[in-house]
Formats: sequence, C-alpha cells, structure tokens
Amino acid sequence: MKWAVVVFPGSNCDDDAVAAIRRLGDDSVEKVWHLERDLSAYDAIVLPGGFSYGDYLRSGAIARFSPAMQGVQEAALQGKLVIGICNGFQVLTEAGLLPGALLRNDNLQFRCEMVRLTVRNNTSPFTAGYEVGQTLSVPIAHGEGRYFADEQTLLELERNHRIAFEYETNPNGSVRNIAGILNERGNVLGMMPHPERAVANWMGSEDGLQLFASMRRYAKEAIHVG
Amino acid sequence: MAEPTAEQIRDNQIYRQMGLTDSEYERVVARLGRLPNYVETGLFGVLWSEHCSYKSSRRYLKQFPTSGPQVLQGPGENAGVVDIGDGIGIAFKMESHNHPSAIEPYQGAATGVGGILRDIFTMGARPIAFLNSLRFGSLEDAHTRYLFGNVVAGIGGYGNCVGIPTVGGEAVFDDVYRDNPLVNAMCVGVLPADKIVKGTASGVGNPVFVVGSRTGRDGIHGATFASAEDPHEKERSAVQVGDPFLGKLLMEACLELIETGAVVGIQDMGAAGLTSSSAEMASRAGGGIELFLDKVPVRENGMTPYEMMLSESQERMLVVMEKGKEQLAFDILAKWGLQIGEIGRVTDDGMLRLWFHGEQVAEVPVKLLVDDAPVYDRPVAAPQEAPAKHVPLPNADVNLKDALLGLLAHPSIADKRWIYRQYDTTVKAATRVGPGSDAAVVHVPGTDRAVALACDGNGRYVYLNPRKGGAIAVAEAARNIVCTGGTPLAITNCLNFGNPEKPEIMYQFAEATAGMSEACLALNTPVVSGNVSLYNESRGKDIFPTPVIGAVGVVEDERYVTPSSFLQTGSAVILVGPDDDALDGSLFWQQQAGQAAGDAPRFDLDEEVRVQRFVHTLIRKRLVRSAHDVSEGGLAVALAEMCIDGGMGLQVEVAEARDDANHRLGWLFSEAQSRVCLEVRAEDVERVLEEAKALGVPAAVLGVTGGFTLTVRDGRGTWLEVSVSELKDVYRKTLQEAMDRPVSQAG
Amino acid sequence: MKVWDVEVKVWLKPSVFDPQGNAVEQALATLGHDGVSNVRVGKNLSLTVQAPDEAAARAKVDVMCQTVLCNLVIETYSFTIQERTAEAAV
Repeated sequence: MKWAVVVFPGSNCDDDAVAAIRRLGDDSVEKVWHLERDLSAYDAIVLPGGFSYGDYLRSGAIARFSPAMQGVQEAALQGKLVIGICNGFQVLTEAGLLPGALLRNDNLQFRCEMVRLTVRNNTSPFTAGYEVGQTLSVPIAHGEGRYFADEQTLLELERNHRIAFEYETNPNGSVRNIAGILNERGNVLGMMPHPERAVANWMGSEDGLQLFASMRRYAKEAIHVG
Repeated sequence: MAEPTAEQIRDNQIYRQMGLTDSEYERVVARLGRLPNYVETGLFGVLWSEHCSYKSSRRYLKQFPTSGPQVLQGPGENAGVVDIGDGIGIAFKMESHNHPSAIEPYQGAATGVGGILRDIFTMGARPIAFLNSLRFGSLEDAHTRYLFGNVVAGIGGYGNCVGIPTVGGEAVFDDVYRDNPLVNAMCVGVLPADKIVKGTASGVGNPVFVVGSRTGRDGIHGATFASAEDPHEKERSAVQVGDPFLGKLLMEACLELIETGAVVGIQDMGAAGLTSSSAEMASRAGGGIELFLDKVPVRENGMTPYEMMLSESQERMLVVMEKGKEQLAFDILAKWGLQIGEIGRVTDDGMLRLWFHGEQVAEVPVKLLVDDAPVYDRPVAAPQEAPAKHVPLPNADVNLKDALLGLLAHPSIADKRWIYRQYDTTVKAATRVGPGSDAAVVHVPGTDRAVALACDGNGRYVYLNPRKGGAIAVAEAARNIVCTGGTPLAITNCLNFGNPEKPEIMYQFAEATAGMSEACLALNTPVVSGNVSLYNESRGKDIFPTPVIGAVGVVEDERYVTPSSFLQTGSAVILVGPDDDALDGSLFWQQQAGQAAGDAPRFDLDEEVRVQRFVHTLIRKRLVRSAHDVSEGGLAVALAEMCIDGGMGLQVEVAEARDDANHRLGWLFSEAQSRVCLEVRAEDVERVLEEAKALGVPAAVLGVTGGFTLTVRDGRGTWLEVSVSELKDVYRKTLQEAMDRPVSQAG
Repeated sequence: MKVWDVEVKVWLKPSVFDPQGNAVEQALATLGHDGVSNVRVGKNLSLTVQAPDEAAARAKVDVMCQTVLCNLVIETYSFTIQERTAEAAV
C-alpha cells in the first residue's frame, strides 16, 4: 500500500503522520510537495496538521488552491482514502470536499490538551476498528477548530451517520460537539484531533493507531479485491 | 533629508542619539584616525551597545566554566552544543526579549521566540523544543494581565505555527516586575555531533547572501533601545512584527541548504541586523567582508545604507556559500518561495566595507567594531546592610491549612495550565513529559535517548543574597533534571539585571555570577551559551536580579523517566536532604510581610552535590516511583503538588514531636535547598535509607501515600488536614480566575 | 443625546511588515492574479456611540482607539462617523 502525506508550505505535522504510519509496518509512505498535481500513484492521502500559508486570511483558504488539491479531488472521486487532520480538515472544508467550516475557538485561545472522543460511526474505512460509543484519548492542538454547519447540513450528517467523532467535553464550541466528519461516500474524513500524536503509551494514549490500521486494512482489501 | 556630516556628528554630538557616549565616540575617532561618517557612527552605536558588546558584563562572564568532555561548542557561537552520546549533539540557547515585550507584548514575545529559533537552526540543528521563563507583576493589576495574556499568546502564536512544541518553563509573579516584565525564551535542537555549522565568514571571494524576508525599516535602533532605560519613553515604532509562517519556511530552507554541505557560515540577522551578523561573522573568521547594499532585497522604497545596516526586519539570515555553489542557494530559496540576494563577498583585509550604487559608504576595521569594543569595569558596591534587614519576623499564629491554601493560590505556585494549554506541547509527537513537571523530557528522534530540559531562577533569593541565590538557580535547574531521570550536562542562561551604572546592581551581578560559577563547577554543568539583559528598571526601580538558567540533561535510557506526582497508594514517601525550619527567603514569609524577607534559604553546595548524586543513582537502580524537588512554597507545597497531580492523598507523621509553632511553620514552608521528595515501594525503604546513610545524605520517611487527604501530624496532634480535592480546586483555578478579569492596555 | 454610527478601520502602520498581507499577495500572484501589490490586511469595527455632538463623539472614539481598539506601537486607525437619523435607526 502507498501512502502520500501532502506537505503545504507551513504544514508541521507531516513527519508525525509519516512516523505514525510507519509504526504499522513496511508500507511506502511519501511526503509529497504541494506542487505535485498527480497523486494517482497513492492509495491513501493524508493532509497533515500545521499552519499552511500561516493560516493567514482563513485557515486552509490558500492551501486549497495548491496543485496537489486537484490530485486530492480526483482521489476522493475515485473512492480512495483521504484524511485531513486539523489544518488538513480545514483545507478539506475550504475545498468543498467536506461540508461546513472551522471557526475560531469560542474561548478565543489556542487549545492544546488531551481530549476524550466518542466514536459515533464504525462503518467507515477510518473507524471500522472502533466500537460505536467507545471513548478515545486523542490530543487537540488548534486555535480554529469550532466546527460550524447549517441546520440542514447537520441533519444530513446525523441521518447518514457521517459524524465520526464527538467531543465528550466540548473544548472549542463546535456545534453538536463535532470533532470529525465523513463525506457522503465515507472515503474522506476530516478531524480536528491528532490521531498521529496518540500512537504510543508514552504519548499518553495509543488510541489513534487503530485509525491508521483501519485505513490500511481497508485499502489492502480493496486493492486485493480490485 | 540629508544625513549629517562627520563634522556635524562631532559638533552636535549626534553620536549620543546613536548610543555612543562622549568617551566611546572619542575612542572611535582615535582608533579610526579620522571622524566616522553617519553610517559608520551607526555601526559603532549598535555594536558597542550593551546588548551586542556585553561591555559591562564581559569581565564577569569570563569566569564561567565553559568546557568539559560533553561540550562540543561553548559560548561565542549562535548557540552552545553538548554531546548526548551516539553521535548526537544538542544545541541550545536562551535569550531575553524583555523590553520589546513591555512595549508590544504579543509581537515582543513572538519575535523573541523567532529569534532564538533561528539561533538554533543556524547551528545546523533541527529544533525540537521551546521553553520559556516569564516574570510579571501582580495579576491584581489590569495592565499586567494585558501584558501576561498577550505574551503567552505571542509565544504560542509563533511556536505553534512553526511546529515546535513548547514543553516547559516557569512563570513568577511579583510586583518588582510590574513595569519591567521578563520574557526569556529557550530553544533546543538536535544535530549530528560532527556537523556543527558556525557563524563564520571565511574563504576569500566566497559569496555572501541575505535570505528570507525583505528588509524594511523595522526597529531601526532596536539594539540600542534594548539596552536603554525605560522602554516607554523610547521611540515606539521600534517594535517588529514576526512572521512565523515565513520563519518556518526559512527554517526548512536553511536546514536544506546546510544539508548540501556548501554553506561556509550562517547567522541570524537579529539585533542590529546586517551590522552585527556581517561584522561578527567576519570577526570569527579573522577576515573582512564587503557588502553591496543596493543588492539587498528591500520592502520599502528609498532605504538608505544606514537604514539597511540597522534594520531589524525579522526572518532574515546572512549566509556565506562556497564560491561556485551559488545556484544551490538560489534553487532552494526559490523552492520555499523566499527572497535571496547575493549582496557581498568575503575579503581578507580585515575591513567591513559597504558600497551603495558604486560608492563606498563605510570602511571600518572589523576588529575595531567587534573585539575592540569598550569593556567596562563598573564600580561595584555592596549594600550598607542586608536588603531585608528590617522586615518583621514571621508571625507563627496562623492557621496552617489556610497558609498552605494561600500558597497554592499564589500565581507563582498555582497550576500553569492556563498558560501551557495555549502552547502546542505535543507537535512532533516526541514529548514524553510536558509542562507541569520538574523538567520536560523530549524523545530524540532516531535514538533510544531523550533529553531532559528545565528552566529555573528565583530572583527573590538573588536579591536577598546574590551569591547564594546565583548558585541556587543553577542547583535547582540541575536538580530538576535529576528528579525527572536525566543526567545534567550543561546550562544556558539569561542574566536579567537592573541598571549596571548603579554600583549596588553591579555588586548583585558580580556576586550572582560568581555563585553560578561555583555551582556550575561543582555540578559539572558548564555554561555553553547565554545572554545578558541589563537596564531592567523602570521609573528608577530595578527588578530583582534574576539570572534564569536553562539546563539540559540526557536521559540515557527512557525507562529512567520519572514523574513528579504520586503514582500508587501504599508507597513510602522519603524526604532526601537536610531538615530545616528557617523561613529565610520563603514565599510564605514574603506573603506575610509583603516583601522579600530574611536571607536566601539554606544552601550548601557539597550537600547539593551529594543529594543530586544520590537521587540520580536511585533512579538508575529503578528504586524511585516519583520524585519532586522542594522549591517555592516549601515541603508542604511540594507534597501537595504530588498529591494533586497524582490524584491521591498522603499521610505524614512528623517524627519529632515539638510543641513549637515556629517549628511547624518552618517544617512546612521552609525553602531550604537540596531537598527532594521520593516515592518508593514500601519494601525498598530500608535499602534506600541505608544507601543514603552510606553516601552521607540525610533521608527520612515522611509518610505513606493514599487516602483522600493530605494530613500532617506528629505525636501530639494533627497540624493540618485538607482534602486533595480542595487542594486541587485552589491550585487549578487561580490563574483562570485572575485572567477572567478585564485587562488594560494602558500601563 | 444623539446616536452616532461609527466605522473604525485598524491596520498596521505603513512601515510595519504585514505578514498576512504579504502571504495573501504571494498567493494571489501564484494563482495568476497579476499586477496586484500592497496587500494589507486590517480590521474593521462598527459601533454606535452616544454623544451630544459630533466633536464629543469623535473625542470618545479617539480615546477608545488609542487605549483599546488599536495598539499604537504598531497599528494605526481611522474612522468615519455619521449621525443616526430616525429612519436609519429601525
């Protein structure tokens, strides 16, 4: 299986994502510079955390125009796996691959702490390794993580089980405690918490590892079947 | 507007506005053999400033021990480097940004972080951690809340964006810092031990580049301003805006450029910008440098050579490349979308020579600018009497529980979560122990090792007894490294003092640095880098003399990592170190008296060495579950902190029953040094006590962990009993409640 | 007491580097929007103020700008002011 971790100017969790994936085995993981347009060689794409373009203007607003995002659009259309973590989630909403937007935290401060997440969906390629209702410990680190969407969109997300994770205690004012959502097809996930920072006991939690493991299982089976 | 002529500068004493005294100007004229022109006078003004030349402090800094087998790079470069084994070097340095932060707290703090970051990657090291040390006035004051809130936001704003975790630090609140807060930032990086890059401009004919951001009129005169009294009265546009996004790109670009092996030397253009970077790089090589200033990429029109040389625009580096490898630099900088200008070349005639549109605008010997800066032996005078001589003795008639809760609610002691949850503490996924412990522990990528990092300094102790206080600062930083499972290797420091032109301030400086040196020698922690910040006074009032120590240790095996809070119920808790019931220098006495009181706390360097060695050995024998050093607030606060973070109680039985209120107060709140609380398995108690005896280290069992209260009693009765949840509540809510109150921008 | 509608503009002083404006300007160029320069990002605040006359209203806003809304170390400001008429005050 081949993973791509897209690096935008200002990405800073790219190495962490690579390291987390490497813990799973000997998959190929490549950091791909944002000018790369063709991502067809990869089975899964990670848009990592960070401050692409300094998060100036709006988080993710400039990165979404990167050539690599065309490759991401195509991969998403083809049903390949795309995960956006933190800033990656913001890029995905700006690019329209996921609905809603991420606004400044309601406390107006950057927040970094371990939070408890509740798994709300376990049928997606990302969450299949968890149980619905299971709680996970995963750190957050963001200043603009307040998920917002209109009522209609929220209903739609609820109805189609597209809310992947909820905060047990809301750290940023996200509507309906939303921490992560899926696209309609279930192959694109955006989440504010950092699963790549919860992959070893000494990090305080290894609950994030299962997410990458699920993606891997799914992609390997799909490759096999396909 | 025409620049003044050399004669006008002399006749109208314009050099004074540029930071030179009459005698310094005369020294320039005498050594140069002619009158300096405007640009040249500006060069001397900044390079001979206190900030760049260390002219008041230099003779004292020389006494610091700076070498040892673990030292790969001592002072004199952009950062120090120590060897942690396995061919890995750790580069680190701390720097102050006090005056800019008093004026514009967000940007002042942010650019401080950016500057120290560049000092680290300049060495060829990939930054892995930030720490910081902060001093503010009382949070009762609305302007202090404004400064504090914005400094924290600024540190986070820069550090979070560049993606380096902020893993530790300290914050102390005392009225003496009201008009002169201290903002000291430390950065730590990792590099191959044999690939240290220096800030040297060598190799005649090698090209010189300025890379990163464009040059604008930011902070002209910033370097002289940083060393001048009372920031509020100074030119207010002298504050720069940091760009962490550009800083991150610059870091990646420079590390990539260094990786090519074609970089001869590289240096941050920090204070005094192009002037200090070019002169210092040429000075280190013992050569000269020639710059063509019309080639500098600029942001504003009509910039003069003077403005370009003194600009403090952020996120710029001066790079010397091997001749013929220029294209590598152009390609890499283009990839990262950054500016690059080839602005000069290395020469061998020992001159700093500046050209502008084909005309020579300055020619000054590098040696005169850098090495021949004046060195002052300023008058030193001990105060007539001890500073706290007339403070009334502590009143022993207090409720002990209230006293403990009062200390836990003091912002200097209370939980610092309000601060550090605004920092990204876990990016890089290598933080083993983050903020809130005695020291932070960060995993070193690609190894089984980790580094332990701590920041410490207690200005109150130094004020009360500069020599002892200086030594304590070093000892406490090293002790924190030991308690967390590390082996202390070396230190960096920020020496924050008042006005050096006052003999009693120079006395503090002389004594404190002497005390630091003694402790560094005894603890085998040489000084490998550092920074001096003088003139920390406002409206004639000086701060506490505040040397801040940044210590680095190695954790050779990650199993040695030791938490600072109780892990299990039923453990024995042992106090290692001397018994003491004197309240000298304690926060308790200060709270009661309304000012620092007594002498600095008990401290004996030999005792300190033995205690640290003992705890270090015990941890390596895996006999310690948790360890926490006794510091501000004394033993009672140390034990309460172990209970709060561990979520369990402790039942203490004081061995010697005495019906003496002063003894109780002292037992609970003395800040006597060289003391560590250890949590050990019940079955290991005897062994631990025996080993302590063998090494001549005092050690005694205090009690057993467990229950829901912290209880202290002796044979005659209970001294205090307080539930852990009550301790926790007070400890946790203090900063939040203080910062929920309104702020005021006006000072 | 009259009511005044105020629009305050706060932006970095011209000589102060604007990282946001710089990043936006570069992105615009990358995306093919040629000939764009001097991008600066600032803040816009709208508020209403009660004051007996325009001079008093202006003085009030000036004080707010200088002490709270703007950090004169790096920022500068300007504002427009208009009396709220009956129909505008719906």
